Amino acid sequence: MDAIRLLIRYGSASIRAQIQYPFNAIMLGVGQFTATMIDMIAIWALFARFGALDGWRLGDIAMFFGLVSVSFSVADFLSRGFDVLGAEFIKTGQLDRLLLRPRTLTLQLIGNDMRLSRFGRLAQGLVVLCIGTANLDFHWTVAKLALALWAIAGGTALFFGLIVIQGAISFWTVESLEAMNVLTYGGVQAAQFPLSIYARWFRTFLIFVVPIGCVAYFPVLAILGKPDPLGAPAWFLPVSPLAGFAFLAVSFLAWRVGLARYASTGS
Amino acid sequence: MDLARPYVAVYTARFLLMLQYRAAAFAGFLTQCWWGGIKIMVYAAFYRASNPSTHPAITLAQVATYTWLNQALLALMPWSCDPEVALAVRTGVVSYDRLRPVDAYAYWYARAAAFMTARAVPRAILMALVAGVAMPLLSFRELSWAPPPSAAQSALFALSLVLLVCLASAFMMLLNIAVVVTLNDRWVSQSLNPLLVVLSGSLVPLALYPDWAQGALFLQPFAGIVDIPFRIYSGNLAGAFAYGGLALQLWWILVLVFVGRFWMARVMRRLEVQGG
Repeated sequence: MDAIRLLIRYGSASIRAQIQYPFNAIMLGVGQFTATMIDMIAIWALFARFGALDGWRLGDIAMFFGLVSVSFSVADFLSRGFDVLGAEFIKTGQLDRLLLRPRTLTLQLIGNDMRLSRFGRLAQGLVVLCIGTANLDFHWTVAKLALALWAIAGGTALFFGLIVIQGAISFWTVESLEAMNVLTYGGVQAAQFPLSIYARWFRTFLIFVVPIGCVAYFPVLAILGKPDPLGAPAWFLPVSPLAGFAFLAVSFLAWRVGLARYASTGS
Repeated sequence: MDLARPYVAVYTARFLLMLQYRAAAFAGFLTQCWWGGIKIMVYAAFYRASNPSTHPAITLAQVATYTWLNQALLALMPWSCDPEVALAVRTGVVSYDRLRPVDAYAYWYARAAAFMTARAVPRAILMALVAGVAMPLLSFRELSWAPPPSAAQSALFALSLVLLVCLASAFMMLLNIAVVVTLNDRWVSQSLNPLLVVLSGSLVPLALYPDWAQGALFLQPFAGIVDIPFRIYSGNLAGAFAYGGLALQLWWILVLVFVGRFWMARVMRRLEVQGG
């Protein structure tokens, strides 16, 4: 419980620091909202032009897109410390200071910097979910809401895990590895659309290697009450977000290996 | 020729400097492959699943080539002001630029053009190898980056590409001047980027937007940065339409350069130098 209390203090300190410049904080949030919202224009244009997509409607796509946006924004909010680990902690030698403190590194890196601007993407995800709900004439029940929260938890774990791996790699490269953006931002991009439209090898990658499909595609099918056109069994759909937590566990193993070989840099 | 020498020199120097960022170029390249691949699979699914009567005036193969070109040349889009200009404005170094015996607009313009082209060239070469050579060999022919259909069309594209760089640099100059005025590079680009992505055809090819919007979309200035040159490349804009596209690019370059020069002259007349 002590850890949670500390995290809240960390969070409120970093948020208080950001609202010293309220206009700046608001503008960054608004910027992230519009920048992520324009993908909805592409989806709208494609459906206006072509009508439908293999039985998927605009509302279905909005559900995929909205849910994955919410998951990613929460993970992004919590993981900034891992994201900038190479440039801000390893290269400068700051990491040694964190290691000396009597709390875990994970806790300190989560609390390091919680960016308010991430609420821009969170708001975008919620708005897109509303668009989906309205378009499908969909009714949320308690069970469906619980399933959505469960999927968001799994998605947050998965994206958090990806950024932990990015941090772990910087124990070797020192620099933060920008190439990981392919899987984080690119993962959000891929999860906007149902997996059934992708090529087989790409689907396999998104289910078994980096299980983004398990935290967006399958649980959304369960929420919408649709059977999987790819033939996944019905019992699997609601339990699939577990894969996100499994991925997080694996990424912390990689993190440990990296941390064990850390021998300080900087001066 | 002597008149152009300082601008050619600053272009070359900046170009060589920007080529040094190889790790960033590689990360950018990976991201662009991923993005391009996803977009094309989505377009292919829409084309496959729908009635041909709803199809736009551009084929799937042309859309695929368009998308790869767009990803390859993403660095030719005026995403933000020139970071060196933003830094010069914040630190006061801009006062040195004011002292140089060259035309201030042309000097920044040449640097902006070098910044964009040097970032684009390595990424474009890698992308051409992957999407243009490797993909057809791996039997993804339909969704790969195809060569232009004819020599005439290639020549028109070469011309259009030069105009693209000129137009994008003119846009970047407007951002540069806006940064001199506002001192904040982030907000300037942040408010303009959504417009750029949606109207240039980078989000989806402009032909995929509804039919009623097509005329206006073709005439607006952002089309000259993505849509017009890449449709000329694939032969989707041919004949009179291609010449019309080139004329539009040229027209918007003239307008933006004129506006930029006028605005810059006004701003520089009462420039406040920051820093110390």
